Amino acid sequence: MKTDVLIIGAGGAGLMAAIAAKEEGADVLVLTKEYPTRSQTCMAQGGMNAALGNAGEDSVEDHVQNTLKSAHGAADEEAIRFMCSEAPNAIEYLNSIGVCFSRTKDGKIAQRRLGGASAPRACYAQDYTGLKILHTLYDRCNALGIQFISDSFLLDLLQDENGSACGAKILDLRSGETKTYIAKSVILASGGYSRIYDKYSTNSKASSGDGIAAALRIGADVKDMEFVQFHPTGLKNSSILISESARGEGGYLLNSKGERFTNELAPRDEVSRAIDAEIKKGEEVFLDIRHLGEAFIDEGLPQERKLAKLYENVDPVHDLIPIKPVAHYTMGGVAVDNQSQTNIDGLFACGECANHNVHGANRLGGNSLLEIVVFGREAGRNAAKRAQNIEQLSVPVNCECFLEQEFSNTVDFYKYKEKLGNLLYNKVGIVRKRSELEDAQQEIEMIKSLLPQMGWSDPSSVYNTNKQEFLEFRNILQVSEMVVKSALSRTESCGAHYMEAE
Amino acid sequence: MKITVKRDDAFEIYELEDGEYTLLEALNTIKHDIDNTLSFSSGCRSSVCGSCAMRVNEKEVLACSYKVQDGDRIEPLNNMPVIRDLVVNMDKSYEMNVKAKAWINSFNNEAVLDHEAEKINEVQSDCILCGSCYSSCPVYAVNGEFLGPFSLTRVWKYVSDKREGDAKEKIDTIQTNGVWDCTLCNNCTVVCPQNISSKADIEKLRVRSSMFGYTDPNFGNFGGGFDSGFGFDGSPSF
Ligand SMILES: Cc1cc2nc3c(=O)[nH]c(=O)nc-3n(C[C@H](O)[C@H](O)[C@H](O)COP(=O)(O)OP(=O)(O)OC[C@H]3O[C@@H](n4cnc5c(N)ncnc54)[C@H](O)[C@@H]3O)c2cc1C
Ligand code: SF4
Ligand code: SF4
Ligand code: FES
Repeated sequence: MKTDVLIIGAGGAGLMAAIAAKEEGADVLVLTKEYPTRSQTCMAQGGMNAALGNAGEDSVEDHVQNTLKSAHGAADEEAIRFMCSEAPNAIEYLNSIGVCFSRTKDGKIAQRRLGGASAPRACYAQDYTGLKILHTLYDRCNALGIQFISDSFLLDLLQDENGSACGAKILDLRSGETKTYIAKSVILASGGYSRIYDKYSTNSKASSGDGIAAALRIGADVKDMEFVQFHPTGLKNSSILISESARGEGGYLLNSKGERFTNELAPRDEVSRAIDAEIKKGEEVFLDIRHLGEAFIDEGLPQERKLAKLYENVDPVHDLIPIKPVAHYTMGGVAVDNQSQTNIDGLFACGECANHNVHGANRLGGNSLLEIVVFGREAGRNAAKRAQNIEQLSVPVNCECFLEQEFSNTVDFYKYKEKLGNLLYNKVGIVRKRSELEDAQQEIEMIKSLLPQMGWSDPSSVYNTNKQEFLEFRNILQVSEMVVKSALSRTESCGAHYMEAE
Repeated sequence: MKITVKRDDAFEIYELEDGEYTLLEALNTIKHDIDNTLSFSSGCRSSVCGSCAMRVNEKEVLACSYKVQDGDRIEPLNNMPVIRDLVVNMDKSYEMNVKAKAWINSFNNEAVLDHEAEKINEVQSDCILCGSCYSSCPVYAVNGEFLGPFSLTRVWKYVSDKREGDAKEKIDTIQTNGVWDCTLCNNCTVVCPQNISSKADIEKLRVRSSMFGYTDPNFGNFGGGFDSGFGFDGSPSF
């Protein structure tokens, strides 16, 4: 199949890119391994930043400064400035297509304060900000007649004889066939890689870094892969996120002795480290919101009560909520320039899989939804413009298909997926040591060498999720290797990458 | 505990540890430790992505928010082609959003949306497109062209939105295989994990249709069938 602009991924970034490319006049095709409304973007609760000043004095400059500070010097001021000044337009756009943002009494978009912000700056839609943005973008795509193909799993990116990206090889999950899609420009919008930490992550199952791994395989540059943001309050058993607003509204963190041990409102990395230290001392850690009272909890934190009851069997009105810090957001990704173009000609990237140099070593809450809208649009526009200057579709050079290799399937990859997650959490987690990073590197090398002995045992070609999960595991391994390599090359502590002396 | 799962050609019984856990956790355990070939979909595991809708003991649930019980009988959603095991093909029901033109057609710049206006369609915009309502709908079961509950809820969301400057186009679009075909049986409301009542939204759309001059095409043969303007539950349709 052929198109002008091929987009891999239908999260907020992919959908925004599709809309922009279509509006630019290009033919657009979006492929996703799920359905378009099921990407992780639907999970975002907190909000999307824009200095509108609707709930108190604020300015774009303050937004820039807060973002810079949080980035610990590892971001690009110009890119941040661009993103923050585009933020009010982005909100206006989302409003114009019908996103149901929460409102103030006088009809303005309501805003609340998230960690690290000097003003209430996050626009939100109750507890469902990501869901409502994603679904409205999807409705807009429908209005524009954008074509989607669901259940399409990216295997590899294709290049022509000059090395330019010219399409993708896809596994059609429904039929089990491999398919080739040819395009003038390709946009990667496949999301982040927090699920390399397996059960120690708040993320959707789909966030396995597939796009980044595929980009690596054709020689794309990645940047800052060691910067993984850990969220302090994942539920202890399931790692499901309990929103920061629980602490924002006055929740305490307690250890097993019932003592408070840190400033709950410090930045995410600091709070995560404080909790990690308690856990290493043998303590359990709890979030306590009992003192806020049932009425307040039901009105202000209904989703958290539901999640705690369902997944931890505790009712936060009467009980402590057991928590632990877990991997939540990955700042690193495929390196792009200010046109969202990677170092591979014709390959663009946006969203959590890309590195637009705006988060540096620590992302500010609410800046990710902003990033996917602002840079999703840029990627879409630029990819469409490039496509318009190309007359002929190119012919891909044959790429070696991983699936055709021999797999003896004598080693169970599910066990190693879990092992790898534990390994990364313990040795490439919140606090890191050089010797542990080296251990992790060796261990990953060992697991990689076992890959030919793994494989899938389900022989069916129809909807073979066993095979899909094996392909994801391969990507997880490749991305993990990069994370450890990058961590080893940065010797000093910086933001989310915290090094401890031996 | 034992649970029964409908596979492509047979029901299969799986033996699991006793305990309190979600159906999704149970299915993952089966997949990883007992039978790699079991197929199902999931994503967020926190009830917001809509991927894991299926039927337990003939009722639609989200596997990630349902606590599995001894003796449960698990099946895929109804009214959609089964791809394999618990995975269904939802392309056609997704396409209904396009057919129903569920989007803002013409943006009204002047509209002021205040806190009150926000509440008008807040619950409708909570839809996670899980498809449970389509699975439960007796009309969709017999008429694959029926626009169906979630897409009509979505239309109501936009029709009731002050920012929509041209609601008529949408009302025109939903006259055929749309609002008048629903029997108001309320099944969709009962199964919705987000507490949305498509039935109520369809009733509101009927009222709005009347305001634009449309009448119930079934009204003439009152008493001649279940589309008589009164639903199974006896409530008037407008
Ligand atoms: C619980 C939670 C709460 C959050 N809260 C906030 C918040 O309040 N504010 C904020 O700003 N950010 C928040 N975030 C972060 C934010 O949601 C994400 O960073 C953002 O949504 C990423 O969007 P994306 O479009 O880049 O990727 P995603 O939404 O992850 O989409 C990726 C897409 O790529 C597809 N894909 C992946 N691999 C393949 C493949 N191999 N083949 C084909 N398709 C593929 C997927 O199917 C999906 O469609 C939160 C994240 C989580 C997990
Ligand atoms: S209306 Fe309810 S049942 Fe239907 S798709 Fe939406 S959330 Fe699911
Ligand atoms: S109320 Fe209407 S839309 Fe809902 S299930 Fe019954 S017939 Fe279908
Ligand atoms: S996994 Fe997302 S709703 Fe169940």
